[in-house]
Amino acid sequence: MSTTVLILIIFGAALLLGAGALLAYRLVRGHMPHFTRKALGIPYAVFLIFFVIAPMLVILVYAFTDRNMHFSFANFVKFFSDPTKLSTIAYSIVIALITTAVCLLIAFPVAYILARSKMKKKYVILMLFVLPMWINFVLRINAIRELFNWIGLLGEANYFNTVFGMVYDFLPFMILPIYTTLMKIEESLYEASADLGAGAFTTFFRVTLPLSVPGVVSGVTMVFLPSMTNYVVSDMLGNSMVTIIGKFISEYFASDWHMGSMVALVLLIVVFVSTLLTGGFKSEENVRGANL
Amino acid sequence: MNKQLAVKCLKAAFIGLVLLLLYAPILLLAVYSFIGTDIIGTAGAFSWEHYRKLFGDPVILGMIGNTLLLAFLAALLSTVLGTLGALGMFYSKKRVKTVLHGVSQIPVINAEIVTALALAITFVAVGLGKSYFTLLIGHMVICTPFVVLSVMPKLKQMDNSLYEAALDLGASPAKALFRIVLPQILPGVISGFMLAVTLSLDDYIVTMYTRPNGFETISTYVYNATMRGNAHTAETLSSFWALTTVIFLLIVIFVAVANLSSLRKKEAKK
Repeated sequence: MSTTVLILIIFGAALLLGAGALLAYRLVRGHMPHFTRKALGIPYAVFLIFFVIAPMLVILVYAFTDRNMHFSFANFVKFFSDPTKLSTIAYSIVIALITTAVCLLIAFPVAYILARSKMKKKYVILMLFVLPMWINFVLRINAIRELFNWIGLLGEANYFNTVFGMVYDFLPFMILPIYTTLMKIEESLYEASADLGAGAFTTFFRVTLPLSVPGVVSGVTMVFLPSMTNYVVSDMLGNSMVTIIGKFISEYFASDWHMGSMVALVLLIVVFVSTLLTGGFKSEENVRGANL
Repeated sequence: MNKQLAVKCLKAAFIGLVLLLLYAPILLLAVYSFIGTDIIGTAGAFSWEHYRKLFGDPVILGMIGNTLLLAFLAALLSTVLGTLGALGMFYSKKRVKTVLHGVSQIPVINAEIVTALALAITFVAVGLGKSYFTLLIGHMVICTPFVVLSVMPKLKQMDNSLYEAALDLGASPAKALFRIVLPQILPGVISGFMLAVTLSLDDYIVTMYTRPNGFETISTYVYNATMRGNAHTAETLSSFWALTTVIFLLIVIFVAVANLSSLRKKEAKK
C-alpha cells in the first residue's frame, strides 16, 4: 500500500510540475498575465498525454520489437503469414457484420415505430429498451447464459448464441441514434410528400430513409466495432469455442506482449480507418442513452 | 379502418416481441431467485435461500463494495477532470481544441481490449505494476472522455455574455466560473457523472488487466465463477440470480423516481 501512496504522490507531483512548467513558460512569454480559462484544460491534456497517447506509442514500440526489445519485423511477418490468425480475423468480421445487420433489422423498425407514434408516453417505451443496459454487463450476459442453458442451447449453437448475446447487448446503441435522427424529421416533410402524391412506400424510401442515414451510420459504428472485439460475450455464450480478435489479444497478453501489441495495432488501424470512413462518432448522438 | 387497426397491432406486436426477448433472461432469473433450487427448470418451493446466500457471503459482499467504491471514485475524479478539460477545451484556440477533441475520442472508439492492453503494458513498463492506482487510472481513461462529451454540448448552449457581465460587475474569474458558468453546465456535469458511474460499474476488460491481484469486482467475479467453475459453482451461480434481481429492482426504482420527480418539476413550472 505504501508504494502505491508513494507512486500516487510522485505522479501527482509530476502532473503539477508539468502544469507549472507550462504556466511558467506562458508567463515568461507574456501570454498569460493572469488566470485564463484555457489553463483549466491542462490537467486533462496531461492526463491524455500520459494515459492515452503514451500507451498507444508503447503498443507501437512493442509491436515492432522482439523479446530483447530489438527492432524487428518478425511479429508483422508472423501475423500476416499465419492462416489461423487471418481466418480468425475474417470470421470476427463476419460475426460483427451479422450482428450489425440483425441489430439494424430490429432497431430500425423499433425506432421508426416509436418516432412516428403519436403516443404521449413513448419515451417510457424507449426507456424500456435502454433499461437492461444498466444491469452489470457480465451479469446480463450470465442471465442469457442461464436462459440458454435452460433451453439447451448452451454449447449446442455457439455461433448463434454469440450473435444473440452481441445483438442483445448492443441493440440500444443502434436504436438510440436512429430514433434521434428520425425524431428530427419534420412532420411537414411527410405532409409535403403526401401532398405531392407519394404513397407510404415512396415516402419511406425517398424521405425517411435518406434522412435517417446519419443515425444509421453512427449506430452501425457503435455496434460493429465492439462486436469484433468484445470477447466476454463470445466466451460466456460461445462456450469458449468462438475466438474473436479481442480474445486473441487477451490470450497473447498472458504469453507474448509483442505479438499481442501487433494484433492490437492492426485492430487499432482497422478501428481508425472505419471511423474515418464513417465520419466519426458524433457527441450529439446520444452517449449511451445518458441524455434521454 | 380495419387495415389501420391491423397495422397498429402488428407494430405493437413487434415492439412487444423485441421487449420480451430483452427481458426474458432477466425475468427468468428474477423468478428463480425466489425458488429454492440451484438448477433452472427444476421445480421448487418459494424460498429466500438465494438472497440469504447473497447477503451472507462476505466474499460476494466485499466484491460488491469494491465495485461501488471504485465506480464512485472513478466517476468523481473523471467528472472533475473531464469538466475542467471541457472548459479548457471550450476556451482554447480552434487548433488546440481539435487536437484535444481528437485525442479524447481515442478511448471512446477504440476497442476496450486495446485500451486495456496498452495501459497494462505501459504500467508494467514504467514500473507501476498493477495496483488500485492503476485500476483507478484505467477506469478514468474510459470514463473521462464521456464526461467531456456530455459537458461540451452544454458549454456550446451557454450564454457567454453572462460570464463577461459577472467580470464587469467585479467578480473574480474563479468566482464567475463557479457562480455563473458551473450552474449553466451542471446538467451536463451530472449526466457525465452518472454515465461515468455506469461505465465503471459495467467494465470488465480494463478492470481485468489493471487490477491488483486478488481484487474482484462484480464483473470479474461473475465472469471467473461462470467460466472457471469451482466446487461451489452451482451455489455461487444461483446467488447471482438474486444479485441480478436486486440490481434490476434498484434500477427500476431509480428510473421511476427520477422520472416522477422530473414530471413534478415540470408541473410545478406550469
